[in-house]
Amino acid sequence: MPNVSLTVNGKPASADVDNRTLLVQMLREKLGLTGTHVGCDTSQCGACVVHINGRSVKSCTVLAVQCAGADVMTVEGLAPDGKLHPLQEAFRDNHGLQCGFCTPGMLMSALDLLKNNPNPNEHQVRHWLEGNLCRCTGYQNIVKSILAAAATMRGGRAAAE
Amino acid sequence: MAPRDDGIGASVRRKEDFRFLTGRGMYTDDINRPGQLSAYILRSPYPHAELVRIDTSKAAQAKGVVAVFTGADMAKDNVGGLPCGWLIKFKDGSPMKEPPHPPLAQGRVRYVGDQVAVVIAETREAARDAAELIDVEYKPLPAIATIDDAIKPGAAQIWDIAPGNTCYDWELGDKGAVDTAFKKAHKVAKIELVNNRLIPNAMEPRAALGDFDPASGDYTLYTTSQNPHVIRLLMGAFVLHIPESKLRVFAPDVGGGFGSKIYHYAEEAIVTWAAGKVKRPVKWTADRSESFMSDAHGRDHVTRAELALDKDGKFLALRVSTLANLGAYLSTFSTCIPTYLYATLLAGVYTTPAIYCEVRAVFTNTVPVDAYRGAGRPEATYLLERLVDVAARETNMDRVEIRRRNFIPNDAFPYQTPVALQYDSGNYHATLDQALKAADWAGFEKRRAEAKARGKLRGIGVSTYIEACGIAPSNIAGALGARAGLFETAEVRVHPTGTVTVFTGCHSHGQGHETTYAQLVAEGLGIPIENVEVVHGDTAKIPFGMGTYGSRSLAVGGTAIVKAMDKVIKKGKKIAAHLLEAAEADIEFKDGKFAVAGTDKSKAFGEISLAAYVPHNYPLEELEPGLDETAFYDPKNFTFPAGCHIAEVEVDPDTGVTQLVKFTAVDDVGRVINPMIVEGQVHGGVAQGIGQALLERCVYDSNGQLLSGSMMDYTMPRADDLPPISVATHTTLCTHNPLGVKGCGEVGSIGSPPAVINAIVDALSPLGVRDISMPATPQRVWQAIQGAQTRQAAE
Repeated sequence: MPNVSLTVNGKPASADVDNRTLLVQMLREKLGLTGTHVGCDTSQCGACVVHINGRSVKSCTVLAVQCAGADVMTVEGLAPDGKLHPLQEAFRDNHGLQCGFCTPGMLMSALDLLKNNPNPNEHQVRHWLEGNLCRCTGYQNIVKSILAAAATMRGGRAAAE
Repeated sequence: MAPRDDGIGASVRRKEDFRFLTGRGMYTDDINRPGQLSAYILRSPYPHAELVRIDTSKAAQAKGVVAVFTGADMAKDNVGGLPCGWLIKFKDGSPMKEPPHPPLAQGRVRYVGDQVAVVIAETREAARDAAELIDVEYKPLPAIATIDDAIKPGAAQIWDIAPGNTCYDWELGDKGAVDTAFKKAHKVAKIELVNNRLIPNAMEPRAALGDFDPASGDYTLYTTSQNPHVIRLLMGAFVLHIPESKLRVFAPDVGGGFGSKIYHYAEEAIVTWAAGKVKRPVKWTADRSESFMSDAHGRDHVTRAELALDKDGKFLALRVSTLANLGAYLSTFSTCIPTYLYATLLAGVYTTPAIYCEVRAVFTNTVPVDAYRGAGRPEATYLLERLVDVAARETNMDRVEIRRRNFIPNDAFPYQTPVALQYDSGNYHATLDQALKAADWAGFEKRRAEAKARGKLRGIGVSTYIEACGIAPSNIAGALGARAGLFETAEVRVHPTGTVTVFTGCHSHGQGHETTYAQLVAEGLGIPIENVEVVHGDTAKIPFGMGTYGSRSLAVGGTAIVKAMDKVIKKGKKIAAHLLEAAEADIEFKDGKFAVAGTDKSKAFGEISLAAYVPHNYPLEELEPGLDETAFYDPKNFTFPAGCHIAEVEVDPDTGVTQLVKFTAVDDVGRVINPMIVEGQVHGGVAQGIGQALLERCVYDSNGQLLSGSMMDYTMPRADDLPPISVATHTTLCTHNPLGVKGCGEVGSIGSPPAVINAIVDALSPLGVRDISMPATPQRVWQAIQGAQTRQAAE
C-alpha cells in the first residue's frame, strides 16, 4: 500500500492508501475530513470540489497517489479559527444553502471563481457553476450569495490597499 | 411592542448553517462505528428473470469477506417483506393486489437493480470485488417496461396474483352526474398527456449503517430518512421483528429528500439484520448509479381527460382516466399517490360541480414508483391547467378570463368539492392579480412582437393551482385505507434555567426546522432564540413522530409544538399563581413574564422554570415538579396552499431550444414564519418543476433496461438552465390550526410545470402547434415546429 504525504489545510497529513483510492476517499476515510462530499460517480455533481495547489478540482477525479506533495484545501480549511470566511457569511446571509450537501463543493468552486474574477456578473456565476449540482435551492440564492461575497471581498481588498 | 427580530415573520438566519458551511454537518456516510464493515449489494442486471441458482462460495472465501447473504438466508430467519402503507380498493370494493416485497429477492428478480445478494467485507473495495465472484444463473423472462406494455392483451405477467398486471382499478366521484353533465355540454375540451417519470436525485445518495450490541441486544440503524419513527415501526414490526424498545433509528443530517427518503428501503433492513448476524456494524452507501436504480422514482402517468363547458365557459363536469405505473413492487406509500393524493385535487381552484376519475395502477419491471415532491398533486395540476388552456381555446375565451369565471369565489369558504376535500380558505383572484401584475402580463404582446422581430417565438403561460398539505385526520385517512396515523408529536422541555429543547417528530433535511421551530418557541415563550434548541431525527430522544412529507412540518409539526407550549404556559401559570399568591385565573403570560393582571407583580419565565425544578416554594400537593410537556396533534383537515405561477419563454424556431426568460410565483402558503426560508422553498420547488417541464425524463428501453441511469444521461437542472425566479406571497390564514399556516415545500413543483408548458404552447400557437409533451426538449419542440410547418404547407 503506497503512503501518500501531502499538506491539507496548511497541516502535514499522510496515509496508506490503495493505488485506486481517490483523493476524496482519502480525505473522508483516512483523514476524517467528511466535509467534502460524494454526490455522484460520474464527476457531474461537484459536491467533492477541493483546492489542489490553489485550483478547484473535483476530488473524485484525482487519485490520492497523484496528490503526493500537493497543497490541498478543503471546506474545513475555510474558517480555521471558527470565524466564517466572507463567502461562508454570504451563503448564510442569503440563504444560499438548504440541506447543505452540495454546499462545500459550491463554496470551494465559488472561491476559485472569485479568485480569478473578483467582479463576476450573474451570467458568469451561473456559467461557472455548471459543474456543481444543487437540488434544493434552484441556484438562485447560491448565485446571490456569490455575488454578495464578491462585493464584500472587493470591498475588503480595497480597504486593505 | 415592536415585532421581534427572531420571532414569527422574521427572516432569521438559519441556526443550522454554521455546521454545514464549515463542513461539520453529520450525514449518515460521515458516521463510522468501531469495527465497522462495508456492505455491497449485488443487483439484478435483468429486468425480469428466474433466479435459478446463486453460488456464493467463491465470494465467501475472497480476501476481506466476512459473510455473503442471499434471500434464502433471510427467509431462514423469517425476515418479512417491506410493507405497503396504504390499502386501495378496486371499484367493486375488493382489495388491491399486494405482492410480497422481500429485501433480498426470492426466486425471481423483477427490475434492473433488484437486490440479489449482499457481501459484507472489511472494506468497500473488498465487498465490491467479491460480489463479482458470486455466480448467479438467471433465466430471463419477458419484461414489461412501460404502462402501454403492461396493459397489452397477452402481456407477460409480473405477479401471478395480479392479472393484467393490475394492482387496482379505482374510482372517485359521481360518474352518473358527470355523464349527465356531458350530455348537456355546449363544448367539450379534451386532452391526452403523459406525466413524465422522474428520478428524485437528492444530492446525498442514500446510506444505511446497522449496529448491534450483543451485550444488550439493542439494534441501531443510522439512515438517510425523512421519518425515522416510521422506519422503526415498519422495519421493527413487519420486517425484522425487533421490538421498538430494542431498536433505535437515527436519521442525522440528511442531504435532501423530496419524498425519496420517506420509504422503508430494503438496504435498511439488510444492514440492520446483517449487523445482528455478524455482530459488527455494517454500512452501505449508494453509488449515484445505484440511486438511479434503487431510489423510488416519481410520477409516470398516462391520462385522458375531458372538460364539459356551458356556453359561458363555465365548467360543468370533468372526466379523467389515468393509468399509473407503480413499478415492480409496492413502495411504502406508492398506492395512495395516484389515488387519494391525485384525484382529490381535480377540482383545482374551480367550481366544477361534477368530477369523475378512474385510475388503473399497473406493475412494470421498473424501479418502484412513489411520492416525489408534490406527489399526485403535480400530476393533477398539470392535467387540469393544461386542459383549462385547451378549454379557453375551444371557447375562444381569454386564458385568464376563463380561470376567473370558474374560480371558487372568496365568499364560498369553507368550500366542499365533489372529490372529497373541503377547502377552508383562499383568495384565488388575489394571487392571480398579483402574479399578472408582477409578470407584466398586460405588456406581453409587445414583448412577443419584439421577439418576433428577432426571429424568436415568445410565449407566456399561466397556472392557477391548489394543493392539499398535511394529510389528515388519521381516522378519515384510516377509513380510506391508510395504515398509519397522520398526527405529529412534540416535546417542549424547559430546563431549570429557562432554556428550552424542542423534540420534534418531523425531520429537517434542508427545510430549516431548527430555525423556524425555534422562532415559534422564542416568540411563544418570550425567550431569546439562542435559548432554544431543536432536536429531530433520533427515535432514542423523541417521543414519536410521523416525519416530514407532504409539506406538513409546520402545519402539523409546528402545531404540535404550539400545543406543547400551551401546556407549558398553563403549568407555568399555576406555579406563578402560587409564587405570586394570586388566583391562577388572574395570571397572564406575555413577553416571557407571568404577571398578575392589573398589577406590577410578575415572575420571569426563568424564575418559574427554576421553581419547577427546585420546588422548595411550590404547590407539591397539587402539582408535579418539572416543566416538560408533550403534545400529539392530529389535524382536523388538510391545509390548502394555492397560487398562481406564470412562465415566459422564448423559443428559437431553428433549433427548438426553449429559453425560460422569466418565472413569477405568487403563493398563498398561509402565515409566513420565516420569509427567507419560504422563498428558498419556492425557488427549489420551481426548479424541480422546471426540470420536469424542460429537462428531466427517466427512460427505459423496450427490454426494461434503464437508459437514463446516471447524471451523464439524466438531465438535472443546472444554474444556467434556470431563470431568475420572482417569488411573492399573498396570505389567507388556514382556519383550523392555531398558526394559520398551510405549507410551502411543494407549491413550486406543483404550480410550475403547466405554466411552462402552457407558455411553450402559446409561443408555438401561431404555427398551429396545440400540444407539447414534457420534457419539452429542443428535439421535441423542433419536431413540433417541423410537423406544424409541414401541415401548414400541405393545407
